[in-house]
Amino acid sequence: MIEIRWHGRGGQGAKTASLLLADAAFNTGKYIQGFPEYGPERMGAPITAYNRISETPIRVHSNIYEPNYVVIVDDSLIGSVNVLDGLKDDGAILINTNQDISTLREKLGNYTGRLYTIDATKISRELLKANYPNTAMLAAIVHIADIMSKDELLREMEGSFKHKFVRKPEVIAPNMEAVRRGFDEIVGG
Amino acid sequence: MSIRERLSGNEAVATAMKQINPDVVAAYPITPSTEIPQYFSNFVANGSVTTEFVPVESEHSAISACIGASAAGSRVMSATSSQGLALMFEMLYIASGLRLPIVLIVANRALSAPINIHNDHSDSMGVRDAGFIQLYCESNQEAYDNTVMAVKIAEKAKLPVMVCYDGFITSHSVENITLMENEEIQKFVGTYKPEEYLLDETRNISMGPLDMQKYYYEHRKDIADGMREAKVIIEEVSEEFAKVTGRKYDLYEKYKLDDAEIGIVVLNSTAGTAKDVVDSLREKNIKAGLLKPRAFRPLPYNELPNELKHLKALAILDKSDSVNGYCGPLFSEITSAMYSSGINVKTVNYIYGLGGFDVKADDILEVYNNLQEIAKTGKVDKTTYYLGLEDGGEK
Repeated sequence: MIEIRWHGRGGQGAKTASLLLADAAFNTGKYIQGFPEYGPERMGAPITAYNRISETPIRVHSNIYEPNYVVIVDDSLIGSVNVLDGLKDDGAILINTNQDISTLREKLGNYTGRLYTIDATKISRELLKANYPNTAMLAAIVHIADIMSKDELLREMEGSFKHKFVRKPEVIAPNMEAVRRGFDEIVGG
Repeated sequence: MSIRERLSGNEAVATAMKQINPDVVAAYPITPSTEIPQYFSNFVANGSVTTEFVPVESEHSAISACIGASAAGSRVMSATSSQGLALMFEMLYIASGLRLPIVLIVANRALSAPINIHNDHSDSMGVRDAGFIQLYCESNQEAYDNTVMAVKIAEKAKLPVMVCYDGFITSHSVENITLMENEEIQKFVGTYKPEEYLLDETRNISMGPLDMQKYYYEHRKDIADGMREAKVIIEEVSEEFAKVTGRKYDLYEKYKLDDAEIGIVVLNSTAGTAKDVVDSLREKNIKAGLLKPRAFRPLPYNELPNELKHLKALAILDKSDSVNGYCGPLFSEITSAMYSSGINVKTVNYIYGLGGFDVKADDILEVYNNLQEIAKTGKVDKTTYYLGLEDGGEK
């Protein structure tokens, strides 16, 4: 079973991203859970969301304390939220950022485990002309956690965008490009 | 045919309601059950149900509208949580007293004060004596299945039914689920044909007039008898459901209990976490087991002691507190049933997860560790623990 913890800020769509990831994994035949930790939600306040993805039915119903992967949608959370808490030794962290790996390692208390970055905000700004980093983040975590192949992901996302943007078909192509770039433009290891 | 889907608990229940297509739904939104009237009003607006949706101004009015519609002869459903259920309190007794088969969905949430929107079972446990059948659900699948079965159980038992599942943990978590086809559900629930109803133009009746002492007493005994007989009805409806879906439900679920030496009784979503813990203990040759009540009303008072009597130590977990200076409701009722059956098992009570305080596998493991100690020494240090808050636990 793969366990993923998302860190974001209210309004940035970390919850939506966790639900999209659950959807994509579900469509490839997996058992899934996608759930946010509901706190006193406010725009900009730190929020947490979770995913479990498994080949067998999932019975556990608690939050995730020892994730395989941590995904950080907003790099300003580093330092104010203990994003590494419980992360498995062989786990990995994925950060949406334009900072370089060595700077981030330092900010994470000289963290030496697997660390990946993706500039999902830049990808989104270039392609969608707005800050919706979810799509590229989703593709990046699918790649890192090896949840499905790139072809499977593209097929899944295309289906989901066609459904979601039925009245705005012009945004399907740039969103698909964001998926491709999110999958391909990961830095680190 | 079944449909593979992924839905949150609230989506699953709203979908069941859509497929049931009841005559009337009256509801007032409250977290975490808000999504149910929200989704359902969409179904009404886009014509996928023919239900009369009554958007009322409070939960007291919601259940009152349900009572009126049900007395008139309609198939009726509603949904609520927490303070909403508390506000319904006086009307709940009227629903059951008039023997109205209303299905009330309860996404369980803590009661104020302090204000808290998260899950525990204080709301439905607080109305446990209101004459509603209560079915508890571990997962979105069980919430969906019990919603479908509740309609039939209510109409056969002539008692209202609450379908209870954990707020947020189940209501807002997206998980895999297997749905039934619309036609399967329509065939399963059938057409509601009330024996007596106010809009029956062939027969003039009144409902809810004054009872003098003896009639009142007799009528209250009728309700108690109806609840007792509901056990068989739940079993029959569940049997019929299993024939359609292959999913078999009893009054309670046993997990590796028959050869267990230590066991816990726990409701709803925590039972899933506890099953994983049972498996991990079994790998170490520790004979742990679990019993998850599905029906708390009616209480399987004969069956439960019989299932638990072979244990060396038992913990009954309560996600609500009776604030009686002693224990929680599940503990007091099950140990009472055990005493009446002459069963003497060393039993402790754990209050847990109030206000949504997360329950981890390690917390459940702590309970089983205590039970191993009790089984070994035969000594019970104290009856009631507060899981996660013992020894100055983290708050």
